[in-house]
Amino acid sequence: MSTLAVHDHGVAHHDDHGHEHHHNQSFLSKYVFSMDHKMIAKQFLITGITMAVIAMILSILFRIQLAYPDKTFPLLTTLLGRFAPNGRISADFYLSLVTIHGTIMVFFVLTAGLSGTFANLLIPLQVGARDMASPFMNMLSYWFFFMASVVMLSSFLVQKGPASGGWTIYPPLSALPKAMPGSGEGMTLWLISMVMFVASSLMGGINYVSTVLNMRTKGMDLWKMPLTIWALFLTAILGVLAFPVLVAGVVLLIFDRSFGTSFYLSDIVLNGVQQPFEGGSPILFQHLFWFLGHPEVYIVIMPAMGISSEIMSVNSRKPIFGYHAMVYSLVGITVLSFIVWGHHMFVTGMNPFLGGVFMITTLIIAVPSAVKTFNWLATLWRGNIRFTPAMLFAIGMVSFFISGGLTGIFLGNAALDINLHDTYFVVAHFHLVMGSAAIFGMLAGVYHWFPKMFGRMMDEKLGYLHFWLTFIGAYLVFFPMHFMGLDGVPRRYYAFTEFVSMQRWLTVNTFITWAAIMAACAQVAFLYNFITSIFIGKKATQNPWESNTLEWTTPVEHLHGNWPGEIPTVYRWPYDYSKPGAEEDYIPQTVPFSQTMSSNQAHDFEDNPKGLEELNKFTSTLKANEQVK
Amino acid sequence: MMAQIQKNNDRLDLAPKKFNMWIFIFTSFMFFAALTSGFIVYSGGRGHGLNVIMPSAFLYSTIIIAISSGTLFLAQKAAKGLQFSKQRMFLWITFILGVAFFINQVYAWYVLTYRMNVYLTDTNASRSFVYIFTGMHLVHIIAAILLLLNTLRGTYKNIPQVRNLFKMEMTSIFWHFLGIIWIYLYVFLLLNQN
Repeated sequence: MSTLAVHDHGVAHHDDHGHEHHHNQSFLSKYVFSMDHKMIAKQFLITGITMAVIAMILSILFRIQLAYPDKTFPLLTTLLGRFAPNGRISADFYLSLVTIHGTIMVFFVLTAGLSGTFANLLIPLQVGARDMASPFMNMLSYWFFFMASVVMLSSFLVQKGPASGGWTIYPPLSALPKAMPGSGEGMTLWLISMVMFVASSLMGGINYVSTVLNMRTKGMDLWKMPLTIWALFLTAILGVLAFPVLVAGVVLLIFDRSFGTSFYLSDIVLNGVQQPFEGGSPILFQHLFWFLGHPEVYIVIMPAMGISSEIMSVNSRKPIFGYHAMVYSLVGITVLSFIVWGHHMFVTGMNPFLGGVFMITTLIIAVPSAVKTFNWLATLWRGNIRFTPAMLFAIGMVSFFISGGLTGIFLGNAALDINLHDTYFVVAHFHLVMGSAAIFGMLAGVYHWFPKMFGRMMDEKLGYLHFWLTFIGAYLVFFPMHFMGLDGVPRRYYAFTEFVSMQRWLTVNTFITWAAIMAACAQVAFLYNFITSIFIGKKATQNPWESNTLEWTTPVEHLHGNWPGEIPTVYRWPYDYSKPGAEEDYIPQTVPFSQTMSSNQAHDFEDNPKGLEELNKFTSTLKANEQVK
Repeated sequence: MMAQIQKNNDRLDLAPKKFNMWIFIFTSFMFFAALTSGFIVYSGGRGHGLNVIMPSAFLYSTIIIAISSGTLFLAQKAAKGLQFSKQRMFLWITFILGVAFFINQVYAWYVLTYRMNVYLTDTNASRSFVYIFTGMHLVHIIAAILLLLNTLRGTYKNIPQVRNLFKMEMTSIFWHFLGIIWIYLYVFLLLNQN
């Protein structure tokens, strides 16, 4: 097999590289302050999963409040103490729960947990590099992320509780420490945590971009890169350009909070006392925030898209449909994401003409998104589909992306948004299109690359159970929210008991809560599967999915430097699945065309006249032989 | 033959690390672009002009940082020509100019606050922006000075010439960039001072 051929090279020229990595590393340098991208990927993944579980528990807590606003649960007081007096979650703590749930999910799970895991694992392995451009910076990136996580969670320990102004931390709530309990120390910790998070994100992103551009192996030109790499590369570019803008916004916010400036504050009366702030503009913060915030949602979804593309191609045993279109649509999304931020601000008194401009740019995003969706479906079409858990999650990702994306067209409309803004319609939209879709992409990646990370397989049956319960659960949770939103039920409200027109939605809220509890229980199946498989899972073979990409040419046993001998050379694109005339239904990227004469096509040699000549010679000989027969 | 090429690939490769610096410059540029855009949105939306004639200290700062770019360039030229004592001298001069820039900027704050009554906590936040621009730039300057000192330390430790040139290049990219950013900020403020 071709993979073996690569290793033969390695043995023949066993150069100095293999040796240095076998020196015994200390526990600290191997598991804690590791500079090996594969270990860092695992660190990101496990921290990300931990944060996801915490954020999920927070969501169940506030779902309980929404379903049973009048009931008391003494257990809550036991668990949460002062945050849930008399068996009910307090209104302030409810807002904290919503805020921290959003923050953790968007940043800590779907940005760091997703990009951090898969960019670290896959970029060096799939482009053929020994490690990242700067392994040291990579290590710092993880530890900044870890510190950010600890600081964010530590805000539950301060007297007045965590930040509670929403994950978008709009001033003036976030700028005035006395505005509400969560605006005090909780908000300070939130800001400290996010500054560390951005530092982590930038260090990671800089490394990813540099590695993809500079450290690809011989033969790996940009158009031979798997879509995972394209997606992670463009995601990193988005992060590198967008996060500094958030920092700029946060710097001004910190000056308003702590140094008495008035960038965002004006005409504030607090507890009946006129505050000295004058002339500031809270809308300025929204501009700076959403200039990051909108690219951020693509930072969340694009890795999931790349992962799903790869997994769907592998498990359909078909080339991805429209590889170039897939790349160009990712590029299109990347560029467009910087000129749509105003659609979050239609109702801020924005000039309607400007709103129209943002509406048009927003709706144009439907084009690359639809191209991608069409290509995924066309990849599945008449495929020889293998329904592995990873494949199911990848298909689930497409499902959520479609059903959540459709409502994006409603919300991107400046006129409709007047009605839908800040309602549960928005909650339904983004939980499907970037929440569930991105989580499914991440889970697909975990199931697919688990053998690469831990050398063992995950249990398939538990995987199926996990998929179906989560898939159904997510739809049951988020689909009814559309109708609540259309009826004008606002998001982030503590209870709807005071509003006569909204009381009828209480039964729906109860239903949603139970669906959420079911989906949360399903994650226990995943956690059990994940943890036990690390230790007692079935041992993985080198290439368990019969996949073409480079990471499956590395030995199962990890070594720093990835390949024991030389780095393999790449000869072809990564999607030669079920190629007519080939012996097997996959041809790894490391197999030269000279070894696959029977399956070569004229279009394989578009920029290679010599190869084309050889092919013509081969086919004419073949024809001549046929005629003799 | 193939093995030969692969071996070359595995050698100490500093190019990706240098590329990291370029990407960092992009992030830093985005940061200052965001701050200045914030200024435009603020002053345009609220009708708060700056209405401050920039103190002449800023002009002197500009001259200092321009000269320091020149001396760093000379240091790099000396390093390439293996004239290490000359390299060291120009690095020291650059360091002194860097510190002088820092002090002069702080002096400009003094002038703004005590002579011109332009405060950080001004009710016209356009004026606060002047402090934010210069302050955030100074934070970068501190980082650049540390980088410069690290390169300087290398010249005393007899490190390999490859490393020496690499450190020089990293420092130069960052230092020249900060000079350009300062000129950008200064011109931006001059254009908006009325």
